[in-house]
Amino acid sequence: MSRLRDALARGEFMITGEVAPPLGTDMAAMREAVATLGPHCHALNVTDNQGATLHLSSLAASRTVLDMGFEPIFQQTCRDRNRLALQSDLLAAWTLGLENLLVVTGDDPRSGDHPEAKGVFDIDSTQLLAIAHGMNEGRDMLGREMTGGTGFFLGAAAFPEAEPWDVQRERALRKVEAGAEFFQTQAVFDIDKFARAAEDLRPSGVKLIAGVLLLKSPRVVKFINERLAGLMVPEYLGARIEAASDPLAESIALATEQVRALREVADGVHIMPLGVDGAVAEILAGAGLT
Amino acid sequence: MIITKPRDWDRILANMAEVDARRVFIMGCGQCATVARTGGEDEIAEARRRLAAADIEVTGWAVGEVACHSGGTRLETRRHSGSIEEADAVLVLSCGAGVQTVADATSKPVFPGLESVFLGNVVRHGVFEERCQMCGECVLDLTAGICPVTTCPKGLLNGPCGGMWDGNCEVVTDRECTHVLIRRRLAEQAREGTGVLAPKDHSKQLKPGSVNLRGERGKGRR
Repeated sequence: MSRLRDALARGEFMITGEVAPPLGTDMAAMREAVATLGPHCHALNVTDNQGATLHLSSLAASRTVLDMGFEPIFQQTCRDRNRLALQSDLLAAWTLGLENLLVVTGDDPRSGDHPEAKGVFDIDSTQLLAIAHGMNEGRDMLGREMTGGTGFFLGAAAFPEAEPWDVQRERALRKVEAGAEFFQTQAVFDIDKFARAAEDLRPSGVKLIAGVLLLKSPRVVKFINERLAGLMVPEYLGARIEAASDPLAESIALATEQVRALREVADGVHIMPLGVDGAVAEILAGAGLT
Repeated sequence: MIITKPRDWDRILANMAEVDARRVFIMGCGQCATVARTGGEDEIAEARRRLAAADIEVTGWAVGEVACHSGGTRLETRRHSGSIEEADAVLVLSCGAGVQTVADATSKPVFPGLESVFLGNVVRHGVFEERCQMCGECVLDLTAGICPVTTCPKGLLNGPCGGMWDGNCEVVTDRECTHVLIRRRLAEQAREGTGVLAPKDHSKQLKPGSVNLRGERGKGRR
């Protein structure tokens, strides 16, 4: 059984982290990240060709996380596979012992390292949730009984700060309708907007794990604002990092404040330390979560 | 109409070299490629200059009514049979459908002079936008007359994706998100959203498409 599902059901405050599989076959760096983050997190997301850039598959890397004694959240994007491949990989994931699934649309190939690639998007993330939900009940997307189903804890992405919120809310509720049991959100900078999302979405029963991104340098702030889709760092926070004598220390302090505030409104936090994995323990301790 | 764009001339000249073409006949299209300003008389004049600069003689040229119409194109090639006969190759300034129609109508090697890019709306003179992908299973009844299959860069039926910001698309950043537009128009018309839209049936657009309104008489001919 998914420990993530059990702990959320018990009302525990969840902590999730994130690791990226390598470009190549040497898993040493990823294993190191898993070993650093794993002990502080209930589960670790394993990204799937994130940013539309080539990496080893989340399927194999998620299994590595599991073999190391930690709980993976297997990510699947709709960008790289059609409905046959997606279903096939979901079945494979379950047989490999991967119990948590996060379904996302996926960045457009034009923003990645293979801009000439065909974006598949045969199925969108809402539809894939419905398919996985059916598989949990032992059926494929055609409704056929399969020899053995899955039992995924189904997650999706939510975007509490992207306006217009009514459109986002509608989309999020459709994802719940399709089978999403938990959301991991885009990085949260405005707690009020997160609270608005929580108020709108929680009555559906879905759990909300809020994204916390370590703004470790002015360069990262600039990168997010100029290059990353669906996210903007508010000016006052950018200025705070810019003005700091030690931007990394300031970003850890900021993330700590954010986690502390989110404890009041979220069911958990998803920490994205952008490679500064060692900072996670400090952030959690500072927020009173250890 | 079918929107075409100019093709890389280096590639066209390389095609000519492949068949040692020293003399070429040029065929345009009086319909879409003329409107798109890629295969009308002006563009044929430009192609003649390009070919002349590469020491290739143009034996003749024609802009038929519609290049993709088999009957019309056969007539056109017959009308110009002399200059086509003198040529080593035919260069066609039309969409790929027209190129193939010409290739079927002559025994000479036929080469494309344009790239075919999309089925376009004429937004205004000289401005074309893709609004329909001819998917064979129209969803416009559910999406307030705005096609997400075509105008969402990811073709998502259930959007927006996580890249939308301030109502704008993440890929074509100066455009409003299709899913925001759909939702707004549905609201303006006091129509309910449709819930989760099911995956598309891609078997509705299996290639190659074929329609035959002539029953048995047309069988065996495509």
